[in-house]
Amino acid sequence: MPGPGLYFLVWLGLIALTALTVIAAGAGLGAYGALTSVSIALAKSVLILMFFMHLKYEKTLIRALLFLPVITIAVIIGLTFFDIGYRY
Amino acid sequence: MNNENIIGHKTDYEGAKIGMWIFLFTEMVLFSGLFLLYSAYRSRYPEEFHSAASELNRFMGTFNTVILLTSSLTMALSINSIRTGRKGMSLLLQSLTSFMGLIFLVNKYIEWSAKISHGIYPDSPGLMKYGKGEIIFYGLYYLLTGIHGLHVLAGIVLIAVMIVLTNKDRVSSGRFVALENTGLYWHFVDIIWVFLFPLFYLIS
Repeated sequence: MPGPGLYFLVWLGLIALTALTVIAAGAGLGAYGALTSVSIALAKSVLILMFFMHLKYEKTLIRALLFLPVITIAVIIGLTFFDIGYRY
Repeated sequence: MNNENIIGHKTDYEGAKIGMWIFLFTEMVLFSGLFLLYSAYRSRYPEEFHSAASELNRFMGTFNTVILLTSSLTMALSINSIRTGRKGMSLLLQSLTSFMGLIFLVNKYIEWSAKISHGIYPDSPGLMKYGKGEIIFYGLYYLLTGIHGLHVLAGIVLIAVMIVLTNKDRVSSGRFVALENTGLYWHFVDIIWVFLFPLFYLIS
């Protein structure tokens, strides 16, 4: 299990990524703006999941279970966008 | 985590954590559905979403993000403290975590109040003068930040219960899965905000 030092580092990383996403939003990236902010949000989630939520240190079962909602959600999002992409 | 630490207690350490994760999966699906609704409408009304979002307080949103991320740090540290037998430190860190949760909710209250006093709330006469995309944006804003706020409130209550249990030594260095699961919930609520923040405050 990680110690306080690693937790502080992860927290620093999260704050840095927050600053980055605010700066990127002000930079006017246009169509890439949404992609950038979602990518940064995903990176922050991975940091929280792996270190604060200890997923990096968990047994294989819990880590493998995470694929269940992720795949389900990916399929739902994919099919919905397939639909609205051809609807309008 | 080895099993030596939990001998003598009728608890199933791994089972308790797996149960919590499965509950969090259902929460993920709940919020994903709402995010999907958001992205479907944003792709339909991109300009109106942008103009509506520019009226949100970006400073307040950033401040709240830092508050929640820091509360996640103190939550993780409180579990580390109880593992290593520092009860007082863990109690202090748990109190700090719930206090930051309260600050988050107070900020949310100030933000909502400002919007409501400007006549922007679901179905308000003021909001109905806006375009359809803006009406939908604010509908989603109140729905998503509202449901997220309820989760923060639930987290604060859970941590308050943990403070009582830790004080009574029912959460201790030998048995802390309840506090760990509370932490999982709190970090999950933090992750939801990590997505809410750029999607509502940072589009312009």
